[in-house]
Amino acid sequence: MIEIGLGHYLTLSAIVFTIGIAGVFLNRKNVIIILMSIELILLAVNINLVSFSVYSQDIVGQIFTMFILTVAAAEAAIGLAIIVIYYKNKGSINVDQISSLKG
Amino acid sequence: MEHAIIFLPLISSIISAFFGKRIGDKYFQFFTSSLISISALLSIYIFSLVITQDYYSNKLIFNWISSGSFNVNWSINIDALSSAMIVIITLVSSIIHFYSIGYMHSDPHKPRFMAYLSLFTFSMLALVTADNFLQLFFGWEGVGLCSYLLIGFWYKKPSANSAAIKAFIVNRVGDFAFAIGIFLIFFFYGSVNYNEVFAQTPLLLNKELVFLGLELNLVTLICVMLFIGAMGKSAQIFLHTWLPDAMEGPTPVSALIHAATMVTAGVFLVIKCSPIFEYSETALNFITIVGLSTAFFAATIALVQNDIKKIIAYSTCSQLGYMFIAAGVGAYHVAFFHLFTHAFFKALLFLGAGCVIHSFKGEQDIRLMGGAWKKIPFTYALMIVGTLALTGFPFLSGYYSKDAIIEFAYFKGNFIGYLAMTIGIITALMTAIYSWRLIFKTFHGKYTNKSISLKSIHESPFIMLITCSLLAIGSVLVGFVFKEIFIGINSFEYWGNSIFFLNSTDHDLPPIWILITTPTVVVVSIPISYYLFIKNEKILKKLISKNQLIYKFLLNKWYFDELYDFIIVKPLKKIGLFFWKKVDINTIDRYGPDGLSKIIKIISNKAVTFQSGYLYHYAFIMLLGFSFLLTYLIIN
Repeated sequence: MIEIGLGHYLTLSAIVFTIGIAGVFLNRKNVIIILMSIELILLAVNINLVSFSVYSQDIVGQIFTMFILTVAAAEAAIGLAIIVIYYKNKGSINVDQISSLKG
Repeated sequence: MEHAIIFLPLISSIISAFFGKRIGDKYFQFFTSSLISISALLSIYIFSLVITQDYYSNKLIFNWISSGSFNVNWSINIDALSSAMIVIITLVSSIIHFYSIGYMHSDPHKPRFMAYLSLFTFSMLALVTADNFLQLFFGWEGVGLCSYLLIGFWYKKPSANSAAIKAFIVNRVGDFAFAIGIFLIFFFYGSVNYNEVFAQTPLLLNKELVFLGLELNLVTLICVMLFIGAMGKSAQIFLHTWLPDAMEGPTPVSALIHAATMVTAGVFLVIKCSPIFEYSETALNFITIVGLSTAFFAATIALVQNDIKKIIAYSTCSQLGYMFIAAGVGAYHVAFFHLFTHAFFKALLFLGAGCVIHSFKGEQDIRLMGGAWKKIPFTYALMIVGTLALTGFPFLSGYYSKDAIIEFAYFKGNFIGYLAMTIGIITALMTAIYSWRLIFKTFHGKYTNKSISLKSIHESPFIMLITCSLLAIGSVLVGFVFKEIFIGINSFEYWGNSIFFLNSTDHDLPPIWILITTPTVVVVSIPISYYLFIKNEKILKKLISKNQLIYKFLLNKWYFDELYDFIIVKPLKKIGLFFWKKVDINTIDRYGPDGLSKIIKIISNKAVTFQSGYLYHYAFIMLLGFSFLLTYLIIN
């Protein structure tokens, strides 16, 4: 029986973070997936915070997590709103077609 | 009053340039011509004052440059020389203004033409009334500019444009030397005002300059430089090529600029600077030699030319040579006298030629004229008077001045003097022959022009003939009337300080054979040329076919244009092309501005592809940058 320690939590958090980053780059479908990936990145950070908070017996880390969750919720709301408006204007949220920033 | 003389032409020029169209052709032309005429009347009045009361004035207009000890004024300097000059200028100019009303009748650009003519008159007046070299130079360049504008007046003709440019550039060569002369004067005299310069000249006689290892006498160098400037303006040999080409301009222009006034600026300069020239024997000899070569060579060319205006142009060139002969042998007053009489009869000849061209509907080739004297008797009479005066037929104006030149050349008493006299007589003979050739070919013989019928030939408008008649009266009388004043025994009372003679020019009566030779030659040449050109053309044809080489040589104007083309124009063109194509475009531009902009363009094109517009690319770059930054911070 392996005892689950800090190292495991950090490893999990790193894996989730990497999945999130990869999701941003490798996704060619639509913008919502990017949003979800960002959510994953934030969650990875949360796991990090909580595990360190437990490890070092400091409650501040967990309070911080609550803040991040709140901000993430707000951010998701705004992000989705932007996507809806974007879809109304362009008729598509396909990442490959969003290139109006091209110089 | 002096101000009015100078500035009326300027006002006239401004009015016709800016308001001419608004006022309407008829009125403004008479208006501007009247302004010039008022100026002419005033200058005649001043001239009479100078003759009777030794009037002298120097009216300051304003201070032009005042820098340390260097002072130059705009002023109107009236003395014996300039008062006589302004009479010629304003009188001939006003006559030509009136003449142009008739001649330019159907031209759409009358205001421009009148404006140039008046502006030219103003520049010339500024030139002769200067009391320093700088104002003289202003007028000098002013007349150069106006001549450029007037030669190129018919700017749609390519030949007129190139003639205008040629006149300007050839004059630049002379002006370059002239400017160097003025610089030398300023550098060594510390002033450019005539009075100070002339007063100091005797003190600087032995000054030597070393230039490129050559030891040059300062006064001689200044004189030669000033004279080269005069050569350019007065169309002396080597710098003469612009004058015949300048005939591309309208005929009144040829009469005003290239006969009566502008080309005399060089002669005027030499006369005005007599206090310097008198001290340099070398420069005077140089002037005489240039003068006699010009007189001779221009006359030989005039013998075979076929364009009526070109013949008269070369004749002008030749007569200017006479004037320089006179100046060179130290008879400045005689040079001026010839300038004075020449202005009248040469203007008359040109305006008469203008009438002929007008009658023949623009035809200028004398081979295509002939036999028309009954149809245009008045023009014929005018041309006869002009020709008689030019050739020096006894008791007409040219007789007095030309004979005086030959006499004074004889009295010079050295080799150059005798040479000048001989050439003078030979040239007088040639002058008579080519002038009568012009008359006989134009008015006598068979009518040869097929494109214009003899019936359609008619006299010129009244205003052209009446103005010519004024000049004809002048051509007949001025020699006789002004002989005593300008070159008589008491002429020095008139000239006063305006002309300086180092040695007295008093002399005994010339030997009788000199007095007789020239008039005889001139009179005898009339029947000879009649026989050659009308009665028995076969002799002439034989002569030509036997001497093809000489004939071609003369017909092509001694190949001066070809020579210059070969020596100067073509190499310069090649050098110019080389610098333009190879150096400028292929080297400097290619590796300089063009190359730089090309590199920047390439780089920016690359940079543009970097901006893909895809979000994930940006995010990736951000991450990459962030990680690099972080790594850097951790390592440090």
